[in-house]
Amino acid sequence: MAHLKPVPDLQPEPSGKAGGKPSIAELERYATVLRIHCVRMLAVAKSGHLDSSLSAADIVAALYYRVLRHDSSNQTWPERDRFVLSKGHAAPIQYAALAEHGYFPADDLMGLRQIGSHLQGHPDMTRTPGIEVSTGSLGQGLSMSVGICLALRLDGLDETAQVFTLMSDGDCQEGESWEGAMSAAHYGVSNLTAIVDYNHLQTDGTTEEVMDIGDVRAKFEAFGWDAVEIDGHDMGAIVESLERSSTLDRPAAIVCQTKKGRGVSFMEDRFGFHGKPPSQEQAEQAMEELEATYERQTKALRGNG
Amino acid sequence: MASELIEAAEPQSESIATRQAYGDALVALGETYPEVVALDADLAVSTQSMKFGKQFPERFFNVGAAEANMMSMSCGLAATGKVPYASTFAIFATSRSYDQVRLGIAHNGLKVRIGASHGGVSLGEDGASHQMIEDIALMRAMPRMQVVVPADYNQAYTAVIESYERFDGPMYMRFGRPKTPVVYDEIPETLGGGVDVLREGKDITLIATGHLVWRALEAAESLEHDDGVEAEVLNVSIVKPLHSETVLESLSKTGVGVTAEEHRVVGGLADAVRQLAAE
Repeated sequence: MAHLKPVPDLQPEPSGKAGGKPSIAELERYATVLRIHCVRMLAVAKSGHLDSSLSAADIVAALYYRVLRHDSSNQTWPERDRFVLSKGHAAPIQYAALAEHGYFPADDLMGLRQIGSHLQGHPDMTRTPGIEVSTGSLGQGLSMSVGICLALRLDGLDETAQVFTLMSDGDCQEGESWEGAMSAAHYGVSNLTAIVDYNHLQTDGTTEEVMDIGDVRAKFEAFGWDAVEIDGHDMGAIVESLERSSTLDRPAAIVCQTKKGRGVSFMEDRFGFHGKPPSQEQAEQAMEELEATYERQTKALRGNG
Repeated sequence: MASELIEAAEPQSESIATRQAYGDALVALGETYPEVVALDADLAVSTQSMKFGKQFPERFFNVGAAEANMMSMSCGLAATGKVPYASTFAIFATSRSYDQVRLGIAHNGLKVRIGASHGGVSLGEDGASHQMIEDIALMRAMPRMQVVVPADYNQAYTAVIESYERFDGPMYMRFGRPKTPVVYDEIPETLGGGVDVLREGKDITLIATGHLVWRALEAAESLEHDDGVEAEVLNVSIVKPLHSETVLESLSKTGVGVTAEEHRVVGGLADAVRQLAAE
């Protein structure tokens, strides 16, 4: 990994503008940091899903840095919000967010997918701090989240603790996801938010070619959910819709139109990178681009400060 | 110390289905332990989980005909501190939702109890689509999954209470549809190591589980009466992990064993005993 430059050591910009919460511009820069982590991890691991992680980076940054009520020093805090990565193959982006929040040392990230590391190819609650449930077999995350919501309700915590589930195109092709959607509406679990990272690319081609999932927003709405569709790389829209979802009296779906490989020009919206790690040259180019983005975002933040 | 719930239970003496014990013991657990929840997939009257549902409607979730969803929901409930009893027919509890049970429940080592009724061919008229004779094999093959098959109502009651009070980790419990004779006069204090010697003998070991335990006892009677053969009868209530000592002791005494189960030979009790003997 000698060819990889270190991840920028982020000193959070003093904010206060969003009531102590990081601003939209800061969140955008955090997303870049998470992306840089992912490129480094995958370049070392030489296997895994980089493009699927990059498409979800903005959503995950908004969640971990602003929306989720979580505390790495008190991981069993009963009132905490829960995050379930139903698209478990995007584990690197969640691992990056967990490491940045102190759930485990950032050095652990370089062990991704290696024997002896706690960072499996897909999230594992029995190994990795901060993972609520093990996922990786698509379609299960939404159902698991409904179970979490019902347990929180029995404990009288459903008004405080929110459950956020990040789903993929593939999740929407699995029948079980719609069983989960049906049951969430039936039980009226209002503290559940499903976020769909709708990047339109899967292992064998575009979703339109392989198996068209069509209007996902309309499907959730038909199941009795509140459902909106946004640009999944528009940080303002992501934060707004996530924060709004917690105020609703029924389950909420946020369908995010995204681009696979977002943030790296040669991967963005291109077929053929699913489950493929970057080569050394690709990793270097990706790092250069992301570092340039980081510098630009930092300058803009200082300029605004 | 004996369980208060087991001591308080009413033993049955007439023929009665083991699934009845599942429903009755589940209610007793629910009254004592607030974290016990039950789920069913539109078979709550058949599995008897409805008894729990009527008593504790806020802790009962009928998910409709969506077994995969039920298993993953059980994972979420257990990960959040509840002890779910997920109930449906053996066929749907295993083959239909294997992936959900494997990753969400067994892999995570969560304390979820799968209450599978209508195991084996004795569910009868529904035919081959519902007659589950591979479930023990499927569940034995799954890492961390314990497999419990009680012999009668009275033992089934103990099994359900102990599934909460004594055992951790994931557990598959198999119950039957038809009324079957009781082989235990009382509600047993415990499942113990999971292998009971119900009758001693020196000539042959009959190793049975579930509904075939009373049949094995009948067979032992006629072997003695008709042929003068003294058969030892073992009831295996915990098929996995199989308590090796009792089985091997008996086999080395008699030198010959016959297994009896409502299941294919492949992967079932027969294979479990063969593996043990081979080792």
